[in-house]
Amino acid sequence: MALKILVTAKRVEDPESKIRVKPDGSGIVTDGVNYKLNPFDEIAVEEALRLKEAHGGEVVVASIGGDKSQTELRAALAMGADRGVLLRHDGALDPVVVSALLAKLVEQEKPDLVLLGKQSIDDDQNQVGQYLAARLGWPQATFASKTDSLESEAEQKKQPGVKLAADGKALTVVREVDGGLETLELSLPAVITCDLRLNKPRFASLPGIMKAKKKELKDVPAASLGVELAPRVVVKALAEPPKRKGGVKVADVEELFRKLRDEAKVL
Amino acid sequence: MSNVLIVVEQHAGTVKKASLAAIGAGRELAARVGGELHLALLGQGIAAPAEALRAYGATVHVADHPALAHGLAEAAAPVLAAIARASGAGWVGGAATSSGKDVLPRAAALLEAGMATEVLAFAGEGAAVLFRRPMWAGNVVADVEISTAVKAFTIRPTEFAAAGPAVAPGALVQVAVGVDAAALKTRFVAFAEVKSERPELTEARVVVSGGRGTKGDFKPVEALADALKGAVGASRAAVDAGWVPNDWQVGQTGKVVAPELYVAAGISGAIQHLAGMKGAKVIVAVNKDPEAPIFAVADYGLVADLTKALPELTAKVKAGG
Repeated sequence: MALKILVTAKRVEDPESKIRVKPDGSGIVTDGVNYKLNPFDEIAVEEALRLKEAHGGEVVVASIGGDKSQTELRAALAMGADRGVLLRHDGALDPVVVSALLAKLVEQEKPDLVLLGKQSIDDDQNQVGQYLAARLGWPQATFASKTDSLESEAEQKKQPGVKLAADGKALTVVREVDGGLETLELSLPAVITCDLRLNKPRFASLPGIMKAKKKELKDVPAASLGVELAPRVVVKALAEPPKRKGGVKVADVEELFRKLRDEAKVL
Repeated sequence: MSNVLIVVEQHAGTVKKASLAAIGAGRELAARVGGELHLALLGQGIAAPAEALRAYGATVHVADHPALAHGLAEAAAPVLAAIARASGAGWVGGAATSSGKDVLPRAAALLEAGMATEVLAFAGEGAAVLFRRPMWAGNVVADVEISTAVKAFTIRPTEFAAAGPAVAPGALVQVAVGVDAAALKTRFVAFAEVKSERPELTEARVVVSGGRGTKGDFKPVEALADALKGAVGASRAAVDAGWVPNDWQVGQTGKVVAPELYVAAGISGAIQHLAGMKGAKVIVAVNKDPEAPIFAVADYGLVADLTKALPELTAKVKAGG
């Protein structure tokens, strides 16, 4: 029942870094900003590793970007992924281009499953997984989660949240949707995007970090894949949203109640 | 190709409020681009909501078929794409609900359409209309241009007013659905619904949310919400701990709410949580920690133990003051 899994590892701004827009609105200020692996992709990598640990197979991690994206690939390799692929591209990207590049990679690698974070925390577009599934004609399950909580024994034991059928040909996925949890079954090959509560990603161990240095990290020019690389979704201008006016501290519940009733008039 | 197609959602026979905001957005967009508004409704046994949708004056394309009963993206996306082509839509959108976010990007790909997620507003006219949307957890607002022939989008329901009825009813078009349910590679297994008597989080006038500071006991939070006839929300920490359902999470990747009053109790105010509630008209924070970041966005901040402060406030609200 071995599974070959392709998983994404996008380099994004660390959410703890203050994101500021440049005065001319042409981009964000990058000085002093730290970068990390997209947290949702980290969950996807973790899920890929759990599936491999449970069923055997191979985990190939891919990123699209420049030199610096190698850091995020090495981080995923240090967690336990087997091989990395950098699709080298220094220009702007959008979900149309990213999904087209990933579709080419899928053609080459022929995985049984593609796992991605549901969205990247920089553009928050939440589209790539769905686009990719459409391009491939594969079933999709977005916002994958599980019913076991992150404090449960199943989670401590690093059991996969996504369940492989006994015949190895389908996956059962629980999804977080408006109103509750939906369960779907997908025939392989499939695309799954991962949500917050699917798992708690492991920290890379020191031996893992050392091993990662020797793992294969292929460097492929994105331009060599025969995909139109010009983004179709282009940011024309950026601005900071209007800031809220500062508020006041109230001394006690009585004061809060009066202000809400008489000043804010929201009761 | 300047018509606008809005996909509408229904639940148990009633059109969702989020979709009414999407229809409102669609109307505005249709005016900006000089096109007609069309609506699409997909599902099974949806004759009643389809008829109700005629009130908005736009042609309603109804795809009523067993394969569409559970909103599976694999089945819905090609049907939606077909309706978009049939209605001459250059713009295809819907509300940024979990269903909208699941289905629309797949339909967009089938239409070779670039897409903007969670649009807050439109800017400009004609083919040059820009989509304004949040990035970096709402710390940045971006104006985005899409260059494909067909453009797709989802809207944030709290940012658009619900459409009101039109003067003359729209036409109803039954769409022939050619989906072979047996050939689908996705199978619906179950839906564990969180049922509540309370108003829906994204529609409520008042939201009272609890976080780590509740230590798992949401009763004070729920009691205040009920006294104010509001909804109950939660921080990620509370949901991760298994104290409350995922459906209650407010935040960057949970629900985005913009109520008149938002009470954050025992919530520290992480960026990701703020992204989901900083559009509220009035924000109240109750937290034992005077340094909690939530106080920076709160209009009224009370440094106190929520287990005492919330019941006290609930009592005053009930007493009418």
